[in-house]
Amino acid sequence: MNAPLIIFFVLAAMCVTGAISLILQRHPIHSALSLIVVMVALAGLYLLMGAEFVAAVQIIVYGGAIMVLFIFVIMLLNAGVEERTNLSKLAGFAGIPLGVALMGFLAAAVARSQDVVQAATQTGATAPTKALAHLLFQDFVYPFELTSFLILIAILGAIVLAQRENA
Amino acid sequence: MVPTHYYVILSAILFGLGVVAFIFRRNIITIFMSIELMLNAVNLAFVAFSQALNKLDGQVFVLFVIVVAAAEAAVGRGIIIVIARNRQSLNVERVDLLKL
Repeated sequence: MNAPLIIFFVLAAMCVTGAISLILQRHPIHSALSLIVVMVALAGLYLLMGAEFVAAVQIIVYGGAIMVLFIFVIMLLNAGVEERTNLSKLAGFAGIPLGVALMGFLAAAVARSQDVVQAATQTGATAPTKALAHLLFQDFVYPFELTSFLILIAILGAIVLAQRENA
Repeated sequence: MVPTHYYVILSAILFGLGVVAFIFRRNIITIFMSIELMLNAVNLAFVAFSQALNKLDGQVFVLFVIVVAAAEAAVGRGIIIVIARNRQSLNVERVDLLKL
């Protein structure tokens, strides 16, 4: 068993443990901290694959900005332990079988994809950030500019939603 | 090196756990966090295929997904605050005006 495989299994175990902990924790702040574990482990997996820039963005934007926003909301609203209500009938009868079916379909799709997925081995080569920049600012420049409009509209929406009626 | 389908299987597991969290949690903040978990799972598959096929397009799409996730978190924060102000509760069971 070589070193990258061991690192992969350690990080994958961290990911799955964090995700299960996200489901099982009753307090939202514990769920948020579990999600941070998942995101840091995913950044480690990106580094293992050689996608350095994506790993850095994952830490800065997801682990930094987005999770700080979530923890800010939890503290602002003083969210306590989730109250236990009966699971709705729809979630009980349809949710569990559909969730199991979704995982089954995904597993079957991966297992059947012999030629496409399993033949493609990871090269482990570092993705050149310069080539990524060329791609982002030349081939994908119009989608990139559109995302700035998206961010602008999201900021406006957040401000409009958060202001008080009588202000 | 690690085979690509290991990454794809891990991505599928994380996506499935995100769906389970989305269905079973009652707190609206945790539901938003499970959406972020699903987006992260998709990002993992994007990067795995991008590195395996040696084409960088997948990583550009990951950056776009991260931008959309940030916008969604900003708008979601506003919606959560409005719901908490109007209903005095973060439980999605209490937000049932559209229910028959």
